[in-house]
Amino acid sequence: MTEIKFIRGYPEYLRELIDIVNKTRMKRKDYEPPAMSKEEREEVLKLHPDYAPGGKRKISIGQNKGDIGPNEVVDLIEAYPLIEEEEIDLSKTDYNVDILIIGGGLAGTSAAIWANNQGIPPEKILLTNKLRHGDANSMMAEGGTQAADRPNDSPLMHFLDAMGGGHFTNKPDVLKALVEDAPLIMHWLLELGAMIDIEENGEFTEKWGGGTCRKRLHSCRDYTGLEELRVIRDEFRNRKIQCLEYYPAIELLKDGKGRVAGAVLWNFETGDYIIVKAKATILATGGFGRLHIRGFPTTNHYGATCDGVILAYRAGAKLRDVDTVQYHPTGAAYPQQIIGLLLTEKLRSMGAQPVNKDGEAFVFPLEPRDVEASSFIRECYIREKGVITPTGMRGVWLDTPLIELKNGEGTIENAFPGMHRMFTRFDIDMRKDPVLVFPTLHYQNGGVETDSEGRTNVEGLYVAGEISGGVHGKNRLMGNSTLDCMVFGRRSGIYAAEYVKRAKRNGKLLLEHMKKYVNMLKEAGIKPERRAPILLPEYRGKAVLARMIDIF
Amino acid sequence: MKEKKSIMDRIAESNKSVTTGIDEKDIEFWVTIYIMGKAYKVPAGLTIMQAMEYAGYRFVRSAGCRAGFCGACATVYRKAGDYKLLTAMACQTRVEDGMFLVQIPFAPGNKAIYDINKEKYNVGVLLKHYPELARCVSCNTCTKACPQDLEVMDYIQEAIKGDFKAVAQESFDCIQCGLCAIRCPAELVQYHIAQLARRMYGRYGCQEPDHLKIRLKEIEKAKFKKAWDKLLKASIKEIEKLYAEREREPD
Repeated sequence: MTEIKFIRGYPEYLRELIDIVNKTRMKRKDYEPPAMSKEEREEVLKLHPDYAPGGKRKISIGQNKGDIGPNEVVDLIEAYPLIEEEEIDLSKTDYNVDILIIGGGLAGTSAAIWANNQGIPPEKILLTNKLRHGDANSMMAEGGTQAADRPNDSPLMHFLDAMGGGHFTNKPDVLKALVEDAPLIMHWLLELGAMIDIEENGEFTEKWGGGTCRKRLHSCRDYTGLEELRVIRDEFRNRKIQCLEYYPAIELLKDGKGRVAGAVLWNFETGDYIIVKAKATILATGGFGRLHIRGFPTTNHYGATCDGVILAYRAGAKLRDVDTVQYHPTGAAYPQQIIGLLLTEKLRSMGAQPVNKDGEAFVFPLEPRDVEASSFIRECYIREKGVITPTGMRGVWLDTPLIELKNGEGTIENAFPGMHRMFTRFDIDMRKDPVLVFPTLHYQNGGVETDSEGRTNVEGLYVAGEISGGVHGKNRLMGNSTLDCMVFGRRSGIYAAEYVKRAKRNGKLLLEHMKKYVNMLKEAGIKPERRAPILLPEYRGKAVLARMIDIF
Repeated sequence: MKEKKSIMDRIAESNKSVTTGIDEKDIEFWVTIYIMGKAYKVPAGLTIMQAMEYAGYRFVRSAGCRAGFCGACATVYRKAGDYKLLTAMACQTRVEDGMFLVQIPFAPGNKAIYDINKEKYNVGVLLKHYPELARCVSCNTCTKACPQDLEVMDYIQEAIKGDFKAVAQESFDCIQCGLCAIRCPAELVQYHIAQLARRMYGRYGCQEPDHLKIRLKEIEKAKFKKAWDKLLKASIKEIEKLYAEREREPD
């Protein structure tokens, strides 16, 4: 048999289960389960992948020795480099620049433009990408960007919201920079010609983001990150700044004084390496969703494999808050083609209800993300009231037709055009039928510790965007990630430019730090089984991999 | 006694088809596709991208966000017995039995270099930077090729007229995959033309909101300085209290 029979996007057995949801919808229209008490929340949170036992361990080597991280991240920290010192010829440099930027999402691309604004000529900046310029989580940001610009709002309120969201573990001075620069970033985007949603009275359309006390979420329909990044990338191209694609960094380089001084880049297609010498290096390599921490699917793009954190750690940079992972409660669980992809929180804020297989609303729809996600896990794995998908996943229904019932017909098409388009591609009409959801790995909250100028503790090394740790503390709020990228892209670009103007930098390039790191690994008794960075995840079929031989 | 599997292990187990690659023994239904002419039996119901991975292809090019936003996985295909040349995003399209497919790893496209600050908001800008616009023969091939179902030819007609707003709005959902440009007999690069039009409209066709202008002035004049000094000196306890006391504006 070659075909599965689908009825309006669902196999027959799921159709029967949808009928149960349809039957209880009218009863649920005006009913919502109450929000949980503090005790109930604490109880259900024990099921959260961050708190459930077994997922984390101590880092055994380096400057964060003793700190806790997810096993998948610690595996890469405790892994051997991709290269041996002897096989790399450091005497010939292929690029000699002022600023090397690794990673071309919103953060890296913004950094390049602002370094150029500070007077660093385009031929003295090099932006390198593992994949194409713009292949980044930034591109997929749906919700929006926070900025406190309405009269009843202020950067201080934005600050308090983010502090609370981060469980008061954020670095205050870094967070201040984020919220105070936010209006400036909105101005910059308008100046570049980005199209941000505007009301008829000429003011920005500003929406709620979870955990905020003011509406300050700026959107570009539901393609916010796409619009921001394609405009900024177009500006980058107009400046003729040097750019490499399919050239991941596989190791940082240092000079004799322990400063970061460039990187070894590797041609992903031909397999040869090049040496870049730089007075300052900005890492903007994004997050780690594709490590599939605890076996979760992810909203992240193909290249989100934690590369930058690993390189920075080997070079001596301190990490913080890497133990916390953000799981979004509503990732798609069906169809197979879109498992893990993001279904925005706004669906629930406009009336969509999580419902179990018996058609019961089992949780208040707008609990904090970690609580909501945990309650889905409880419904599926403790109470056994989840729906089993054709691929064997479990999920709960998100009753999207309620949105139309509560707000009027046509609401979904107007408010969620991108999502409606995605489901339509798989013959599912989310206006008429519910969709299946399960928590998905969304964001790396921590990373390489940064200060308000994007600096790390290693001279010459800067970070910007999701790779960094400190600004969001242990949990990021919606709308603060694209903002983080642009604010600290800009700041790292500016401060790196100022640094290279005053720094006298012309030392020899060395891989001494890598050699030392390998010695540490050996001393800790770690066997050379794993190598990092992994660059890309492995999704090839098991049968093919089992028969693959390396002869050419 | 053997320990019962933890919930986290069971979740990982149920997700393994998307996190670690597909195991043959889990598959019930199969289709045959032709990747650059070679036949492969692959699980039915996968996307083109997942099916190629199942068959043993590891992407470096032609895969990006894997969610329909980035345009990296532009694909051209024919179905057996059909004369039509079809287009799709590999990450957003289900495989079908008898599909002959190839991916476009890169779309060469000429992009005009300009300084947005120096352009004048007049109808000739797009033709000045992209004179080939006038070569459009209105064949509608671009529209048919668009995996986002945009009315590409329509916005190109608006571009010839210099209507920035119309181009901007009609092209807004463009993911710049390049399929329109690859198929265009007049050799236009529609997505770059639209990018320029959107930036012109965003920059010159819209006003900067008053609230933003006021807030920028306030920040410039350090209006919040005193409040910041106080807040940054506050203990975590005090900040927690301020957080708890803040009032949510009405919906």
